[in-house]
Amino acid sequence: MRKEIICTVCPMGCPITVTGEGDKIEEVAGYTCKKGLEYAANEFAHPVRILTTTVKTKDEKNPLLPVRSEKPVPKEKIMDCMAEVKKVRINKKINRYDVIISDICGTGIDIVATGNY
Amino acid sequence: MLEMKCDVAIIGGGPAGLSAAVAAKKEGADKVLIIERDNALGGILQQCIHPGFGLNYFKAELTGPEYAGKFAEEAKALGVECILNAMIINMLPVEKSAICVNEEHGVVNIKAGSIVLAMGCRERTRANIVIPGTRPAGVYTAGAAQRLINRQNEMVGEKIVILGSGDIGMIMARRMTLEGAKVVAVIEIMDYLAGLTRNRVQCLDDFGIPLKLSHTITKIVGNERVIGVYVAQVDNKKQPIKETEEYIDCDTVLLSVGLLPENELTKKAGIEVNPITNGPIVNQYMQTASEAVFACGNVVHVNDLVDNVTIESMKAGKYAAQYVMKTRVEAIREVSSITGDNVRYICPQKIVITKENEKVRLYFRVLTPEFNVVITVSSNGVEIAKKKAKRVNPGEIEFIEIDTVKVQGEEVTVSVNKQGGAGLCAKK
Amino acid sequence: MMKTDVVIVGAGAVGCAIARELSKYKLDVIVVEKKEDVGGDASKSNSAIIHTGYDAAPGTLESQLVVAANPMYDALCKDLDIPFERIGAILPAITEEQFNSLPAIKEKAMKNRVYDVEFKTKEELLAIEPNLNKEVKGGLYIPRESIIDPFILVQALAENANENGIHFLLNTEVTGIQTGDKCINMVETTAGTIDTTYVINAAALHCDDIAAMVGKADYKIVARKGEFYILDKNTSCKVNKIVLPIPTKVTKGKLMCPTIHGNMLVGPTAEDIDNKVDKSTSKEGLDTIAVDVKKMIPGVALRDTITQYSGLRPNRNPEGLRFDMYDDLKGYINLSGVRSTGLTLCISIAKYVVEQMIEHGMEVSFKDDFISKRKGIPCFRLMTEEEQEEIIKKDSRYGNIVCRCETITEGEIVNAIHRSVGATSMDAVKRRVRAGMGRCQGGFCGPKVIEIIAKELAISPEQVNKNISGSYMVARKAR
Repeated sequence: MRKEIICTVCPMGCPITVTGEGDKIEEVAGYTCKKGLEYAANEFAHPVRILTTTVKTKDEKNPLLPVRSEKPVPKEKIMDCMAEVKKVRINKKINRYDVIISDICGTGIDIVATGNY
Repeated sequence: MLEMKCDVAIIGGGPAGLSAAVAAKKEGADKVLIIERDNALGGILQQCIHPGFGLNYFKAELTGPEYAGKFAEEAKALGVECILNAMIINMLPVEKSAICVNEEHGVVNIKAGSIVLAMGCRERTRANIVIPGTRPAGVYTAGAAQRLINRQNEMVGEKIVILGSGDIGMIMARRMTLEGAKVVAVIEIMDYLAGLTRNRVQCLDDFGIPLKLSHTITKIVGNERVIGVYVAQVDNKKQPIKETEEYIDCDTVLLSVGLLPENELTKKAGIEVNPITNGPIVNQYMQTASEAVFACGNVVHVNDLVDNVTIESMKAGKYAAQYVMKTRVEAIREVSSITGDNVRYICPQKIVITKENEKVRLYFRVLTPEFNVVITVSSNGVEIAKKKAKRVNPGEIEFIEIDTVKVQGEEVTVSVNKQGGAGLCAKK
Repeated sequence: MMKTDVVIVGAGAVGCAIARELSKYKLDVIVVEKKEDVGGDASKSNSAIIHTGYDAAPGTLESQLVVAANPMYDALCKDLDIPFERIGAILPAITEEQFNSLPAIKEKAMKNRVYDVEFKTKEELLAIEPNLNKEVKGGLYIPRESIIDPFILVQALAENANENGIHFLLNTEVTGIQTGDKCINMVETTAGTIDTTYVINAAALHCDDIAAMVGKADYKIVARKGEFYILDKNTSCKVNKIVLPIPTKVTKGKLMCPTIHGNMLVGPTAEDIDNKVDKSTSKEGLDTIAVDVKKMIPGVALRDTITQYSGLRPNRNPEGLRFDMYDDLKGYINLSGVRSTGLTLCISIAKYVVEQMIEHGMEVSFKDDFISKRKGIPCFRLMTEEEQEEIIKKDSRYGNIVCRCETITEGEIVNAIHRSVGATSMDAVKRRVRAGMGRCQGGFCGPKVIEIIAKELAISPEQVNKNISGSYMVARKAR
């Protein structure tokens, strides 16, 4: 399989072509620096994304608390993670970086608060 | 009328105001007061729940609330005070006072030693760019929709067309999609992406949202509520090509068509505003033409990185404090920064020369994108600074540093030219 | 079934003015309005000018009514707390041909009994209006042409009528009128049937549809669209007076004038359309405004626009404002052809209608407890600091500024919602207190106003409409 990837490490935005199958990378072409090579390889084999969203609180005036995945989660699991996040209801005091959902969708990554409640 | 006294009054508690407050305190100002219209500090960052903040300043990828939170905590720890849910309705630069209205205190006259303007910006509207058609419900600026979804828990619609490929537009494309709406297309009038490439990848490509470059919305349709838009390709004069017009079914239009510094207070106070930036003219201390009034953040010029807002705002806070404490180095004279080749605007517009050398960063935006350029600053025909850059584009603020001791004459000119070709200091 | 003496169809300027006039008498009156608010159609999308009638067709009922109405506004606006200003108008002649047409215009004004029209020289005009085309040859000055807040005019009439006992059925459509024995029997509406003696058709754009229900539609209403620009209060090129073009047969032409709140208004176009619904603006239409107005005010800065809108004039075919009562249909009053001068003559036509009804046998007696005055919604922005402190002490919500561009407080918005014939939609709030009329066009205050309306009306935010039913602001909750 061949994938066209635009590197997002720096504003140059180099177009990089990665050829391979699943985890196995056969060829990477078009990168101009080491960071780009690393990014493209990861993006091909295990694309990940930081998930940021909100969870519902009980407060009418401040009905939402912003949250994030502590580390990037596998891209293909984003919508499943969203479904889990939508179920949460906050009804106690929360400090920034408190864990809201631990090990979301079996990724080993926590969803933490990015604000206080 | 209630009176509140302070040394430095900061209008706006977003990233600019918070950074200025922290710096003012650290410089030694006694009472630093932030006046904020929202019910919490953080400004626009409160609704920017996505990551991308602090890559430079904190060497970490933070979300808006995290970035604001760090500064809010530092401000609190340093003893910065604030009034929330308070709107400044008038600012009197000579009297160094500001009139504030708030439910709790009524009308308050805030008397300060110096004032820092940090009001941020507002969004360009549908009417500013004259999109014809009907005026149904369902046409929102991206920021207003963002506030609704991230602070008020309301989805503006289910089937969205976004005009403008700036970062706000793309961020909202992802946000709405994650919450279950369908984003049908992002429409961009230029032939290049307005925002960061990483956002195109992570907000549009990831979700299969089409990006239509060189297109614009020619008409909004729907009586009570949006039912669709007409979209057409544009020619090289950015005029719609009628034959290419097509109809897109949707119930919501989000507009991400530009930001305008919110300077109504500034203008009302008679402080000179630059017509290109739409922000007050400032010197390297972020001081406006009115000596007790400083300004920082998006109210001076629309920034792309909040990290830069922090750096600039810390200057404003520091010098606003120095002004009150009368500790600033005396100025000998003032020169102007002039836009040369391919430079749209420079900030600061004025540079104060003192008897000591100062390293001053001149921030600027180019008019057109270019690769492999050389940035030069000239003064009286002499090159006083030079820097190379692989890539410049209007969407990213650049800077070049000068030594004030090298400045001759009345002006310094910043030019951006393709490497190995153009001359120096071509004055506009 | 409801029972009343008079049903007024349509709560625009005319309908509300008639309602207010009738509210002086011991009568039961119901006003039936299709939209969610009064003044929601032509009454809200015009040039907000109170005309003198200088250019009406002499000898017509329209001419008499406009000329009679103009002087009534000083007292009315004082009593009902309506923003109004006699700023005056100029009619500049830019070309030789236009200059030569001035005497005829003045003569027509005299025929209309508008005697205070004066010739002005080029120098005098340029002194009054420095931004005028320097090629101006001379012109006319019409001192009593005035500007008003057209929204508050209609609201004030409606509120005062309501305070004096008139019922308003909003969001209610007339679906039929039953007659029998050469008189009116009943009006069928989507809110039920009303047993009534009189029906006054003030439905403007739809008055032919109403007339058809009683077999009196011997005319058609053709909508004539007019597009406008509103410019920022800080626009670089302003005018002091209403600057009027020399009129043509089709339209009064495209003018430029200040609004009562300090913006500039430029327009309107005049385009007949084949439906009564299309209020879209178009690039072609808006562009013609630039071309025409620049002839008089070359520096007009349309790039300073903060909004564009369009309205539909209810033009009658055959033309002309008409008042009709019928011997073979007692109790039915038909008003048709009320258009450009409708806003101006609403108060005089109201008196005329009532006078005619009395002449045709309506028996009435005055109410001795008629409330003749109305106090409008407090305007925080225009108060002194002491007044602002006072009002915040009385109701702390006046200390919560919701609309930053126009300095509108939550207290004013709440007042607008809960007063007589109060606001129930975003546009209704906007027209009462101006929240959303500023340069950010509701970008900042919009999300807050949705919350306030929801709270005050005890509905969910998803039920808050921009205006009529179906114009929901937000689709659903995210969580």
